[in-house]
Amino acid sequence: MEQFFATLGIWLGALFTFAIFSFLYKDNPFYKTAEQIFVGLSAGYWFVYTVFSILIPNLYDPLTQDFSTNWIKIIPAILGIMMLMRLIPKTEWVSRFPISVVIGTTSGVFFLRYLKSDVLNQLTATMINPFAGENWVIVIGQIMLIVGTICGVIYFYFSKKHTGVLGVSAKIGIYFLMVSFGAAFGYTAMARISLLIGRLQFLLGDWLGIIQP
Amino acid sequence: MGKSKQIDRRWLFLLIFFGVALPLIFTIGLPLETTKNVQMVYDLVDSMPKGSKALISFDYDPASMPELHPMAKALVKHCFDKDINLIFTAMWPMGVQMVDDIINQLKDDYPDLNYGEDYVNLGFKAGAMITIQSMGKNFREVFPKDMNGNSIDELPIMDGINNFSNIGFVFSLSAGAPGIKEWVQIAHDAYGRPTSGGCTGVSAPAMLPYINEQKQLTGLLAGLKAAAEYELLINTPGTATSGMDAQSIAHLIILIFIAIGNINYWRDKKAGKKGGK
Repeated sequence: MEQFFATLGIWLGALFTFAIFSFLYKDNPFYKTAEQIFVGLSAGYWFVYTVFSILIPNLYDPLTQDFSTNWIKIIPAILGIMMLMRLIPKTEWVSRFPISVVIGTTSGVFFLRYLKSDVLNQLTATMINPFAGENWVIVIGQIMLIVGTICGVIYFYFSKKHTGVLGVSAKIGIYFLMVSFGAAFGYTAMARISLLIGRLQFLLGDWLGIIQP
Repeated sequence: MGKSKQIDRRWLFLLIFFGVALPLIFTIGLPLETTKNVQMVYDLVDSMPKGSKALISFDYDPASMPELHPMAKALVKHCFDKDINLIFTAMWPMGVQMVDDIINQLKDDYPDLNYGEDYVNLGFKAGAMITIQSMGKNFREVFPKDMNGNSIDELPIMDGINNFSNIGFVFSLSAGAPGIKEWVQIAHDAYGRPTSGGCTGVSAPAMLPYINEQKQLTGLLAGLKAAAEYELLINTPGTATSGMDAQSIAHLIILIFIAIGNINYWRDKKAGKKGGK
């Protein structure tokens, strides 16, 4: 029986893969059916997962097993219920309070972390002696790092017209940004092809058995 | 303006399809070299003393399996070879199943490994950055039990683990947020633990700046190619290695069509100028 369901799963996976791929030719009922089933399954899966993996272990169990220690969890529970009130038009305004709590706490936590990791540490990482490298490749790389960082930041300085030295620096900054966009595109192309490889490894390996899975 | 004839994009899709499928069937064996970022990850794992403990967070789901699963398998295998005890967590709900799948794939190669002594799966915890931050203060408050319901006080692997201080290194396999960024911000920048990661190709450009003089990130496995490089380093070719021929051929096709597109654009522009005169 287990073997039957494993085979059925592979065949369903293959059929749904072809149904989704068929969109590349043109929109059709097979694609639409696969898409609707995926959306429905995902919604159902996440609902069940939220209840059993988040609400029950983090709220229900602690409150029912040891209320005196965990009573404070009632506060987020009430905030959660207030959030759901936005589903009723008349009580929609109540949800603003939990949203404000979420925004306040999130910005407080994130401000500190991002300031340290993405601003201070990144700035410190560019404050280096560019000529201290082991070989000329590293030295050139370090010079480019410093020049690219400064010129890139200058490009986003809008309080003075980009003319003269500022204009040239901003122009160099654009070139560095272009290179980074190119690298991002290259990585994206690689990632998408990797996903296609994954699907074809499944079709040719698990489904058809032409290659080793 | 004169306009070059454009081919139907479906021909390009078909070409990419065969460009990927055929090298998977008929292996070419194109050469593959190890890059610095992958070598840094390998060296980090390799430098860990026998019996040390590492935390690996599975922050991805099946959508990113083709890229992240091969590197997860190679990394976990390398750690087991080095006798590093592994504590698995997941900041993404389906990361739990990803851990199980990797362990199932490797358990035949390592029959002597014991759950609770050599590795443990603590499961998923909601809360993203707040959860990671709380782990840095008190591990046991965040994960009082493993995913099977065992108290972590009863698991030998968790002896002496109260926060990040007894963790050799932290590694996040990340498909987005929460992922590498959050682990860098807390595990490295707040608690000073060596932190490394593996990510999808799409998110790699956002992670690369963390590999710097401050060593916010110790190396990075970015996409399928990095996974193949890691497989090469541990001498265990797997699905990533077998996919690299297809990846190279597909990139070649894309490059050729980018070149053709630009030549056509240039010719049209030139013809337009002439027509304008």
